[in-house]
Amino acid sequence: MPLLEVRNLCIAFATARGCFRAVDGVDITLEAGEVLCIVGESGSGKSVSMLAAMGLIGWPGRVSAEAMRFAGTDLLSLSSRQRRQLVGKDMAMVFQEPMSSLNPCYPVGWQIAEALRTHHAVPRARVRDRVVELLEQVGIPAPATRLGAFPHQLSGGMNQRVMIAMAISCSPALLIADEPTTALDVTIQKQILDLLVALQRQRGMGLVLITHDMGVVAETAHRVQVMYAGQMVEEQPTAALFAAPRHPYTAALLDALPERAIGRARLPTIPGVVPGIDDRPQGCLFNPRCRYADDRCRTEPPALAGAPGWRARCHYPLAVGP
Amino acid sequence: MTVLMQAEALHRHYPVSGGLFGKPGLVRAIDGVSFVLRQAQTLAIVGESGCGKSTLARMATLMEPPTGGELLIDGTPTATASEAERRRLRRNVQMVFQNPYGSLNPRKTVGAILEEPLALNQRGDRSARERAARAMMERVGLHQDHYDRTPHMFSGGQRQRIAIARALMLNPRIVVADEPVSALDVSIQAQVLNLMMDLQDAFRLAFLFISHDLGVVRHIAHDVLVLYCGRAVEYASRQDLFAAPCHPYTRVLLAATPSIDPRHRKQAVAVKGELPSPLNPPAGCAFASRCPHATVRCTAERPAWRGIGGRGVACHHAEAM
Repeated sequence: MPLLEVRNLCIAFATARGCFRAVDGVDITLEAGEVLCIVGESGSGKSVSMLAAMGLIGWPGRVSAEAMRFAGTDLLSLSSRQRRQLVGKDMAMVFQEPMSSLNPCYPVGWQIAEALRTHHAVPRARVRDRVVELLEQVGIPAPATRLGAFPHQLSGGMNQRVMIAMAISCSPALLIADEPTTALDVTIQKQILDLLVALQRQRGMGLVLITHDMGVVAETAHRVQVMYAGQMVEEQPTAALFAAPRHPYTAALLDALPERAIGRARLPTIPGVVPGIDDRPQGCLFNPRCRYADDRCRTEPPALAGAPGWRARCHYPLAVGP
Repeated sequence: MTVLMQAEALHRHYPVSGGLFGKPGLVRAIDGVSFVLRQAQTLAIVGESGCGKSTLARMATLMEPPTGGELLIDGTPTATASEAERRRLRRNVQMVFQNPYGSLNPRKTVGAILEEPLALNQRGDRSARERAARAMMERVGLHQDHYDRTPHMFSGGQRQRIAIARALMLNPRIVVADEPVSALDVSIQAQVLNLMMDLQDAFRLAFLFISHDLGVVRHIAHDVLVLYCGRAVEYASRQDLFAAPCHPYTRVLLAATPSIDPRHRKQAVAVKGELPSPLNPPAGCAFASRCPHATVRCTAERPAWRGIGGRGVACHHAEAM
């Protein structure tokens, strides 16, 4: 039984200009102890789909799916009360901007303790010790003295560690990290990623890492899902994806990285921009920007197809190169 | 190659009040940084947040005077220049900001944004300004229909094109770009980087390119200056720096940058700790507390800036690296 199983997830938002599908037909499966990266550009629906799994999409958003299960529990039919017992305890999330996700009015120690108290994870008398333990685990120096610190007194990296301590406080089986290092410097990013991977290994957690940075993907993920304009366009194990991308979008994205360019040559670019709310094209969503597109791509939306080991939403998936 | 901008031991210190009973402090945002920027070349300034990159940009664009040292633009010392002369120099140095969502006036049309620098400097009449704006729009890859639109109708990449076009309206020789692509998606980032390189070739522009992304710097820069806590730690050509980084901090920075190359992972170096507070910087080398090669000498004695094989470095143990 997979730890997280989502089939055909659709998320629609009612807007003044009609219904907008932010996520359309996304499948996610995650085994225990696996690291899955969801990568995509801004607006591709990667954060929204994970917020849906956590039950954090409210009006005017509507979530529908064929199946959405966490360790066998059906997340779609869950009552609010049941969901509150699950979220923050067995599945937890680390949000993107630590500075704006933490409550500025409460000390960080109190905020971590809140999760422990809500879920009765440890006896009340032990809460304080447990918070110190958690802060130590996420690598905050002199943790006992930091309990009373407010978020504005800590650096961005330290606040992100606090967020992680909060998320792992009840030993979740699944941790979702939404761009946990985007706001941080590279040396701090490295520390946070190393910490997440170490915690994931120690505890055998499932980890879903949402990112837009291909370098982060290459260094942490076991398996990668690539999102484009609300759809999952490709899924492969990490090494295979970087060696032989199957979807033209993934291939173009990798080519556009300055790291792959030689010298000061022009970078290969993807023409145009990601389609917005009003200008979703007919057929394959990537076809106006795809150099291989033909008439079939412009009329008929491709289904997710592939062989064992890879899936791509393309009529003409790229062959493995020589 | 003509030297367009030269900084000699530039300092920028900010006094801070220590509160009611505290001792007033001094933040050394930039502490003795020197560099040379040549025509049609890109000098990348690299470092983490708080290292003084943006302070350097403000001084280079003459928005703030240095508190010490000398900044020469076109061979003219800026500190002693008259107001009229400074205005002339300032026209030659334009800036592109990091966040195109914040740096464009949402109530102005693209045309008005591009013509404003010309109007302020009393260049041409209205129709001449419009012609110049339309020509520049063409040059940076904006459609002529965009002339009457306001910034909210554009994506991030196109906004950054508008910001670049605005910076070039006065035909500057130097463009200071403060993280111009870090707010953009990868596919858009490549478009903007290509545009900047095309414009550099076409107008023989010198770029002072401020960035924390070493992947981008490796692609676009000719020379690289690495800053740490307001001090230069290494200054070298792109080839030298990336082939054989000399300062331990440069090495840590390179190792910490996530790479899609699987070989990169093997040489990864762990980094501990965070940047020291700029209010009370350590007596010795600022990086000593995080450096894997630090010795007693490093914590006691500040390493002097010295040249080793065509590059500058501030480390006691640079030869051993």
